Amino acid sequence: MSDPKIEGYEFKPGFKGMAQDTGSDQTMFKGVHWGKAMMWIFLLSDTFIFSCFLISYMKGRGSTLIDWPNPSEVFGLHVFGVDVPLLLIAIMTFVLITSSGTMALAVKYGYEKNKKMCGWLILATAIGGLTFVGMQAFEWSKLIHEGVRPWENPFGAPQFGSFFFMITGFHGTHVSIGVIFLFIYAYKTFKGHYDEGKRGWFTSIKGDYVEIEILGLYWHFVDLVWVFIFAFFYLW
Amino acid sequence: MSEIKKQEQTTTHKIGIYLWIWGLLFVLSFFSYMVDWYQFQGLLRWSLILLFMFLKAGLIMAFFMHLFWERYALVNVLLWPMTAIGCFIFLMVAEFEYTVFTRLFYFVVGG
Repeated sequence: MSDPKIEGYEFKPGFKGMAQDTGSDQTMFKGVHWGKAMMWIFLLSDTFIFSCFLISYMKGRGSTLIDWPNPSEVFGLHVFGVDVPLLLIAIMTFVLITSSGTMALAVKYGYEKNKKMCGWLILATAIGGLTFVGMQAFEWSKLIHEGVRPWENPFGAPQFGSFFFMITGFHGTHVSIGVIFLFIYAYKTFKGHYDEGKRGWFTSIKGDYVEIEILGLYWHFVDLVWVFIFAFFYLW
Repeated sequence: MSEIKKQEQTTTHKIGIYLWIWGLLFVLSFFSYMVDWYQFQGLLRWSLILLFMFLKAGLIMAFFMHLFWERYALVNVLLWPMTAIGCFIFLMVAEFEYTVFTRLFYFVVGG
């Protein structure tokens, strides 16, 4: 993706390219779409936000003397007369990974200018995300019915509820925003906005399939955060 | 123009690599679920959880988010700030251990 606008610039891989990219008193990330660089910077800041949540959860869980609720029982489901631990969470994890895979393929087909495949895969990703949010809503209402509140719960340490609602709620918000954008981008892809270079609603810059990659970065990040939440909140 | 054409080829990869990573992510998620299923406890549980977590996170970042193919300038700008998170975790571990210590201490000797 070398930027033809920078005369005579040729990107070199490895540390040589890095030195050239950072140390030449010019634009950094030469040739990278500004939206992509900005999305990475946003994701970095978002990483810090989620880290702060998870670290405060670690601190809260580590410093309480009351037993922490056993997540494997709290999030277990009773299906066909059997208690299955963490069943819903496992399904949610698989749904999110599936949608991450379809998104990765959508980015690939986008760069190959395969409009139909790209559009359908984005739509599949959006439906995966919607399923995830739906299951999260079910999980929330189940726990609320069982008496889990941000300040108390019947299973153990009262801090459990506040960390649970804060962390999964913030992640769920990210997924919901992602789903909205996925539907918009699916529409724009099917309409051929990226083939024609049609300008977006809020920007004067011409549409390009790189936008699918930018959206993909966001969606993979949401999946990435879930990997950490799944490990630290549900499994630990 | 030939430059642009050359670059376009590097931005798309064979479908096989995505399917492989996808499959690996499924297998790793299955393994981390098995950690809970078989109720491993203690150090074994924590190390397995962390191992599968870092493997999954690494695969997603390297291949789905294309960091493996990305220029070093971007990769370094992204990964070095993460060390600050490591420092923060280290500080807060010390902090919660101190909190637990004071709570237990005053519980025993009284206010």
